[in-house]
Amino acid sequence: MEIKKLEDFATQVRRDILRQVHKVNSGHPGGSLGCTEFFTALYQGGIMEHKPEFNMDGKDEDLFFLSNGHISPVFYSVLARSGYFPVDELNTFRLIDSRLQGHPTTHEGLPGIRVASGSLGQGMSVALGAAQAKKLNKDSHLVFSLHGDGELQEGQNWEAIMYAAGNKVDNIISTVDVNGQQIDGSTETVLPMGNLKAKFEAFGWDVMEIEDGNDMRQVIDGLTEAKTRTGKGKPVCVLMTTEMGNGVDFMMHTHAWHGKAPNDEQLETALSQNPETLGDY
Amino acid sequence: MTIKFRMKTFTDTGKKDTRSGFGAGLTELGRTNPNVVALCADLVGSLKMQDFIDENPQRFFQVGIAEANMMGMAAGLTIGGKIPFAGTFANFATGRVYDQIRQSIAYSGKNVKICASHSGVTLGEDGATHQILEDIGLMKMLPGMTVINTCDFNQTKAATLAIAEHEGPVYLRFGRPKVANFTAEDQKFEIGKAVQLYEGEDVTIIATGHLVWEAIQAAQKLSEKGISADVINIHTIKPLDVKAIIKSVKKTGCVVTAEEHNFLGGLGESVARTLAENNPAPQEFVATQDTFGESGTPEQLFEKYGLNSEAILKAAEKVIKRK
Repeated sequence: MEIKKLEDFATQVRRDILRQVHKVNSGHPGGSLGCTEFFTALYQGGIMEHKPEFNMDGKDEDLFFLSNGHISPVFYSVLARSGYFPVDELNTFRLIDSRLQGHPTTHEGLPGIRVASGSLGQGMSVALGAAQAKKLNKDSHLVFSLHGDGELQEGQNWEAIMYAAGNKVDNIISTVDVNGQQIDGSTETVLPMGNLKAKFEAFGWDVMEIEDGNDMRQVIDGLTEAKTRTGKGKPVCVLMTTEMGNGVDFMMHTHAWHGKAPNDEQLETALSQNPETLGDY
Repeated sequence: MTIKFRMKTFTDTGKKDTRSGFGAGLTELGRTNPNVVALCADLVGSLKMQDFIDENPQRFFQVGIAEANMMGMAAGLTIGGKIPFAGTFANFATGRVYDQIRQSIAYSGKNVKICASHSGVTLGEDGATHQILEDIGLMKMLPGMTVINTCDFNQTKAATLAIAEHEGPVYLRFGRPKVANFTAEDQKFEIGKAVQLYEGEDVTIIATGHLVWEAIQAAQKLSEKGISADVINIHTIKPLDVKAIIKSVKKTGCVVTAEEHNFLGGLGESVARTLAENNPAPQEFVATQDTFGESGTPEQLFEKYGLNSEAILKAAEKVIKRK
């Protein structure tokens, strides 16, 4: 798909994110907006080979695992608009009896979700298990995962990072959303993590960077490049710098919108900066 | 040792550890079920997994001393149709990784078999850091989790085979010491189905794990005193065989539960709840009394913490008086 069309898709996803969290006055818009290009590239930009119908086993297709489950609004919007479930269902986000729980879950049977996430730091291990299953099944498809930078403060990640390199799990591409923010402030003030590239490399990963994770061209090119680096004996890490709240001027350059919904007026302003492209649900 | 009374004979065919029963079952699964894979966190020898590994090196994942990653990987391996058996000590298979099991396995409904050796105090000399007495409680509280605690080598092997056929997360609890091996070699293991060992009229004894052999010995001693005990081997703590328990206690009017676990959260509590709802009756709990364990031999620890046949005997006499 050409870049302009992907950008239009992303703009609609941003509207979906904002409208989902506004309706229930809860949810996490900041990280969702920052990762809109990434999700669009995966599911619409030809990065992932995925089947239109959902099958939990995911044989003979690429798989994606969201580890930082709180950015569920962007995941739900992209899954719905990629045909996994009706777009209208976005109306039920975080409501009682909904399949669109606050954090993604398999429990309600929502197509497109393969594991629950929300309690942080668990997704890479699950992705590694799925990647090893692919190898056993002689399935040459890839496993993608997404992690927050703050999420890397959870120790389980480093168990997984060590395992992946030590066992040459080279059919996985783990992307870190480097937005430099977490709930209590910037990652630099909460718990400085130093040089992530050097850390992953020291553990034995092939590391590449996407300088602007909110530039569709860069995301497509970066992830395409990442795919060419698989199958060479090392797991692949993509450090993708994004702007939390990207696309809404007053939500950027702050951690304030990590887990806060806009009010009516703020929603109107935010939506005006992201005009409808594919039609609202 | 053979225990023979009331037309029934239980023969210890030679002391064996339940963990070896797990190892034997896993080896057999390696040959019969190509979807079975195994993971271990640096305790292959203790879990008796080496034969499986030798025969199926590609289907084994050594994760190192990293139990959280092991549980997550096990969850991921199910995506792709594998049936992962993740093995480590009970302490590290539950308390250390509770949230990983909760979110990535139980809540996600993954077909993972958590295989926990060295449970309870009979791990012995390593002491309380390694002797978990809370694991049944932790696991039975998770929605959808099946909890099994086997009593001897043969039953552990049979359970290992059975859980591979069961779709859904399972916690399989076994132990370190060599204990009497007295159940049938060719037994069919039915998850959730109690095994009636003796029919009796005066008191019900419901035991699980290593305490089942102790319960049989206690029943014999009670018999010598003219007391007839109904003895039930409960290998599955969740789902509990409620029918068997109610039927027995309706007949006897009182119950002793026996387990190598804290009285909080264990088999005894599950039985008490069942009876409170259906058929209230006096109950005595042979279990640890909200305490940690300590170093010692298994026999010394059973004695000190009141977990042997003598303790069951006393509890039975006490509970009969409370009727």
